[in-house]
Amino acid sequence: MDFYLSAILLGLAYCGMGLGIYITLRIFNIPDITTDGSFTLGASVTAALLSQQYPIVTALLMSMIAGSLAGLATGIIHTRLKINPLLSGILVMTALYSVNLSIMGRSNIPLINTANLLQLTNWFQREQYNWLLLMAIVALGLWCLISWLLKTDFGLSMRATGNSETMIRALGVNTDGMKVIGLMIANALTALSGFLVCQFQQFADINMGIGIVIFGLGAVMMGESLLNALRIQSIPLRLAGVIAGCILFRIIIGAALTFGINPNWLKLVTAVIVLVVVGLPNIKRRAGN
Amino acid sequence: MLNLTHLKKHFNKGTPNEVLALDDCTLTIEKGEFVLLVGSNGSGKSTLLNLVAGTYFPDEGNIFIEGTDVTRLKDYQRSKFIARVFQDPMAGTAADLSIIDNFRLAALRTKRKTFKTGVNDSFKMKVSDRLSILELGLENKLDTLVGKLSGGQRQALTLLMSVMDESKILLLDEPTAALDPKSAEKIMKIAEKVIQELNLTAMLVTHNMHYAVSYGTRLVMLQQGQVIKDYPSVLKEKLLVTELYSWFERP
Ligand SMILES: Nc1ncnc2c1ncn2[C@@H]1O[C@H](COP(=O)(O)OP(=O)(O)OP(=O)(O)O)[C@@H](O)[C@H]1O
Ligand SMILES: [Mg+2]
Repeated sequence: MDFYLSAILLGLAYCGMGLGIYITLRIFNIPDITTDGSFTLGASVTAALLSQQYPIVTALLMSMIAGSLAGLATGIIHTRLKINPLLSGILVMTALYSVNLSIMGRSNIPLINTANLLQLTNWFQREQYNWLLLMAIVALGLWCLISWLLKTDFGLSMRATGNSETMIRALGVNTDGMKVIGLMIANALTALSGFLVCQFQQFADINMGIGIVIFGLGAVMMGESLLNALRIQSIPLRLAGVIAGCILFRIIIGAALTFGINPNWLKLVTAVIVLVVVGLPNIKRRAGN
Repeated sequence: MLNLTHLKKHFNKGTPNEVLALDDCTLTIEKGEFVLLVGSNGSGKSTLLNLVAGTYFPDEGNIFIEGTDVTRLKDYQRSKFIARVFQDPMAGTAADLSIIDNFRLAALRTKRKTFKTGVNDSFKMKVSDRLSILELGLENKLDTLVGKLSGGQRQALTLLMSVMDESKILLLDEPTAALDPKSAEKIMKIAEKVIQELNLTAMLVTHNMHYAVSYGTRLVMLQQGQVIKDYPSVLKEKLLVTELYSWFERP
């Protein structure tokens, strides 16, 4: 029970990043590697500010602003210097490692006796339940927000940008600007996940973001294979699928751990799971022919 | 209305693949004119339309719309004046968006895309009405993803979308190339109708010689990036298809 609870908790905490990856990957067709760096960036900013007794709202806002700046950097490198988006993301991610180190001043900050979200939420006796409700509220809020955004005229232009640049430019949209904004939103959401995870685990670590992008990509695709099986197209439901994917992925990883897999093998397990999710449809298709 | 002066455009300049796509092309098009553009493959027709639309900029020369120099305006800035139908039938619509969402974006071509949701019942009625002109049954499929439609259907949508918002100039690059003969004829009729009714200035590229003589108010032929024939309405009316074919025989 506890095991599922904490898997769901972490899954919910990661869903900001999942939704961010949905935006970059599915709307703009960019696998955004910046994510690894901006996740840690969100956590670093949070830990640095909280350990200096700044209020929690400041930490939240600053980490999201920092994340969006990371997205801005990737976006400008990609659109202005015409560098492949994958490479742009790797460049910014690499640079962020140093940035994160200098923000934290060391490689790890434990957060004990600092402001914590839990202080705002004492709905239940058990700490875990408070976390669950809190994370669920955040996830629900994000789901509503992104569902709404993608339905607006602005959101429609975002979606069309990833489909046919020729068309949407002829309809008066600056596609480069659109991609930059998309990357900023996505990385702000990722930093928000960093903020939440840092609060939940009560520490920030320079390596906490390593491979997180693979988790996000896997979660998005896992949610998608679910929805494709059900032939669902509506955007809000697809976004819900992303959230479900995040939770499901955490549960699978948690299960692997409880089955006694050495934590050192965790990244390998993650990579294999993603490989299976990505590769399975292709194998099925080939078998079908 | 539209002034093109001494336009020159190279591709891959400075490499072994360098081509001169447009060579000193000068053309003045009056308001309400419907120019049919013909020429062999590679003669520069699409390049000319892309320069007018701002997809890329000319190496030399200038482009004026109603006297304003737009030579250095980006394509998404020129969309205030210009609506387009592309040679690639898939290029004019967004596959992952529904028909109605595609039309919503088209209705905002000259406007800002804000955080409003503009698809309401009256908008759906309006789009439904317009779609019924096509007689393709699309008026009942507003929520269908455009990616599920055929190239011809998508091209027909692109044409209707191009007149959802006000515009001065309509550019059509082989709009019927991907269509069956009956749909092609229909698209040409609709294009002619909207151009006349909205008093648009239009340029249409075609390889169909019958269309070239029977549609439009002016006929322009390009060869190796230069205007080699320019027939105004009066002369064009007397033109025969056979005569037009003979233009294509290289000396
Ligand atoms: N983006 C590009 N990059 C390189 N070369 C190009 C590009 N676009 C056009 N060209 C070249 O410029 C010349 C003119 O091409 P353009 O597409 O304008 O011809 P067209 O008259 O539209 O031909 P078609 O009837 O086949 O559509 C051709 O030699 C073509 O290879
Ligand atoms: Mg062409």
